[in-house]
Amino acid sequence: MNLALAVLVDGVVYSSWLFLIAAGLTLIYGVMKILNMAHGSFYAIGAYSGASLIGVYFAGGNPPWASYLLLVGAALVAGLIVGLLIERGFLRFMYGRDEVVMILVTYGILLILEDAIKLLWGVDPYFAYQPYTLLGRTKIGGLSFANYDFMLICVTALVALVLWWSLNRTRSGKILQSVIHDREMAGALGVNVTKIFTITFVIGAFLGAFAGALTAPGISVVPGIGIEVIILAFAVVVIGGLGSVGGAFVGALIVGLSRALSVHLYPDGELFVIYGVMGLVLAFRPQGLFAIAGARKI
Amino acid sequence: MLSKNQIFVVAAAALMILAGLVMPYWFSFLVTVALAKGLVVLGLVILMRAGLVSFGQGLYYCAGAYAVGAFSDYFQTDNVLLLVLVAIVCGLVISSIVGLLLSRYRDIFFAMFSMAFSMILYGVLVKSAALGSSDGFNVTKPSLFGWAAEFNGTNLLSYWVAIILACVAGAIIWRYMRSPMGMTGEAIRENEIRVEYLGVSVQKIIYIKYIIAAVLASVGGSITAMTVGHIDPEMAYWTTSGEFVFIALMAGTGHVAAPLIGAVIFELMRTFAFQLSPYTWQMILGIALLSIIIFLPNGLWSLTDKFKKGAN
Amino acid sequence: MTALLETRDLAKNFGAVTAAADINVQINAGEIVGVIGSNGAGKTTFINMVTGYLKPSSGQILFDGKSVIGRKPREVMRDGMCRSFQVAQLFPELTVMENVLIAQSLAEGKNLSFFSPMHTPAREEKARAILKEYEILEYVDETIATLPQGVRKLLDIAMAMLSNPKVLLLDEPTSGVAIEDKFDLMTTVMAAVKKSGAAVLFVEHDMDVIARYSTRLLAFYDGRILADGPTGEVMRDKNVQTLVVGHHLDMDELEGTNNA
Repeated sequence: MNLALAVLVDGVVYSSWLFLIAAGLTLIYGVMKILNMAHGSFYAIGAYSGASLIGVYFAGGNPPWASYLLLVGAALVAGLIVGLLIERGFLRFMYGRDEVVMILVTYGILLILEDAIKLLWGVDPYFAYQPYTLLGRTKIGGLSFANYDFMLICVTALVALVLWWSLNRTRSGKILQSVIHDREMAGALGVNVTKIFTITFVIGAFLGAFAGALTAPGISVVPGIGIEVIILAFAVVVIGGLGSVGGAFVGALIVGLSRALSVHLYPDGELFVIYGVMGLVLAFRPQGLFAIAGARKI
Repeated sequence: MLSKNQIFVVAAAALMILAGLVMPYWFSFLVTVALAKGLVVLGLVILMRAGLVSFGQGLYYCAGAYAVGAFSDYFQTDNVLLLVLVAIVCGLVISSIVGLLLSRYRDIFFAMFSMAFSMILYGVLVKSAALGSSDGFNVTKPSLFGWAAEFNGTNLLSYWVAIILACVAGAIIWRYMRSPMGMTGEAIRENEIRVEYLGVSVQKIIYIKYIIAAVLASVGGSITAMTVGHIDPEMAYWTTSGEFVFIALMAGTGHVAAPLIGAVIFELMRTFAFQLSPYTWQMILGIALLSIIIFLPNGLWSLTDKFKKGAN
Repeated sequence: MTALLETRDLAKNFGAVTAAADINVQINAGEIVGVIGSNGAGKTTFINMVTGYLKPSSGQILFDGKSVIGRKPREVMRDGMCRSFQVAQLFPELTVMENVLIAQSLAEGKNLSFFSPMHTPAREEKARAILKEYEILEYVDETIATLPQGVRKLLDIAMAMLSNPKVLLLDEPTSGVAIEDKFDLMTTVMAAVKKSGAAVLFVEHDMDVIARYSTRLLAFYDGRILADGPTGEVMRDKNVQTLVVGHHLDMDELEGTNNA
């Protein structure tokens, strides 16, 4: 019983975290057809911004509750700056290239950002544990869980809801969906694709940075965290079907729960399980679970 | 009868082998590791010529290295010929299974899926206590039937083996690229449908190319293991595979020599950049990568074409 | 005499849409058959089914006595059925010579050599002879991407013919080709095909081209075969004229071109 509970809670917490990271990645791919390797760096930048600001904030003896707003604010600013800088300053000159070439382009951006992070924040770890410990822990059935993790689940649910609502229930969301479905047609019908691209990229960058900022209090922020995260996010979006936000949600749940199962039953299989599940899904559904159907040649 | 090119290659190889006796150890070490990576990239180039970019050649690089490490440890052997052979068999076996699945994929799916497989190996190795977990383990220095080729206190055997293997592999792949099988790769990149309608299974050809690339990568891994004397799961991590893609892109796919020479340039660049500024060498690589994609999409080797045209 | 290519009650549905139904056709060796029909009438679906690219919903396809269904285009091609494409399917970044050499080496057998060079004097000589036959030898060293549409079409057909097929399917061989070049192109192709003795099925919109080069005509309408018979007869058919061609055909003028 306790085991099932632990697996369930850990799994859902991990899934929430995965979805936060993967949502931006899959959104950018869906709209722009760019599999953005630099997404991991957005995550890292968000984590560093959050952690360093939290450190300064608590050192100044400010009211603790507002530190959560600070995390959100840090992610917003970081996402906006990095997203705009990369999309407007560089990426837009590369549009129209092959999807594989775009992977390499974003790989180059990732390499640059990794060192930019080291230059900005140094190589020593940052700790921003206060928001994490502040919320305390809850005992359920003899097991102790961090309340911060429950908050993470709620925030993810909120993000998922907002994404779903704005994609399906708003005018701009419908326009975005039309671009996801058929970019040329949408362009022909007068949708300003350039503007949509910029907005999407910034939102995606924000989501990546937001995931990082929210994670920062629970970990020690060190160089290279983005590199680890990006491949997890890839696994999630590939399982769900590239470009599908709903797919990323399901993919995150699948990966999160199977990892939690493995961690509790067979800890050595932790990483193996994630990619094993990915291989299994792709062997039967090569396009992922919720792929947006593509047209075939001739 | 040897052609002019063949004589040139044999002479260059002989010169390099002799030069090993006088060059500083750090340089022969660098060249050995570079050629090992060059072999991996050579395999990647074969795939790239068919329009497929693998972000997972680290799988075979690492598997070849671990095969050498485990085999030499278990059977207490340091015979270089045997160890390279073990790596080849290892690459062959894994790729003939994984390739069945991967040959169905193209474009980014191929790239992502190949990356996933290398990460599976990484995930397994990191947690395998018997294989040293994330620290890896040490590999013995090779010998040729007991002869370690010691000169001035340095072991030159793996350097020589690397040069010979690079030349042999280069020559074989050079012929391969000009053969109908090799050229069909180009045809697949350009138009898969036409190839199918010309009566050939595209999937089968990609499968074969994938295996060739995997064997080259595992040979590269075996050389690295014997040269460095230490292996760890990092060899299967996706950034290692990314490095191979980087070298292939930088060097270009126009000629078999490109990845081999490109790998040496890359290692030199990396060594000096890392010494000059350890915190910005990745940035330098990133900027170089973007510049090449923008200004030299066919890699450094395409400069030789421009040079030739200019001379005529 | 048994037919070379035969379909029995062939049908294809895409969901609720019927793309083909009740298709019964027999093609004999050496026949030159035109195929007409408005867009969406089922011509390309028909070609895609007989070459093994599309699996029919029901019915049979027999080629040279063997069933096509369930086999891949490459297997059907090895039995002697080749096709050209509405949009020429070539290797755009390679030269004309390389295109032909690749097609030649693949046509030689499915076990490709790993080690012997693709460029051999014998293959190159044959390639030049073929290019000459199709009157495109002057482009031999050009890259496909730089070639005019008509040349690409001819090369596409030349490559399909390399394996000496028994049946050649041409999907709109003159589409995208300038009006003044259409007859030249068809004359070149037909001369080469006649020499090989292959049966030809060609989909075509231009009634002048149909009248001049086909001896038998299949008219598709709404996924079915509306008429099948000697070209002149089918063209005179009132149903064909109203439903397929869309206007009255001046038969005297057309037959004049046929006999010329």
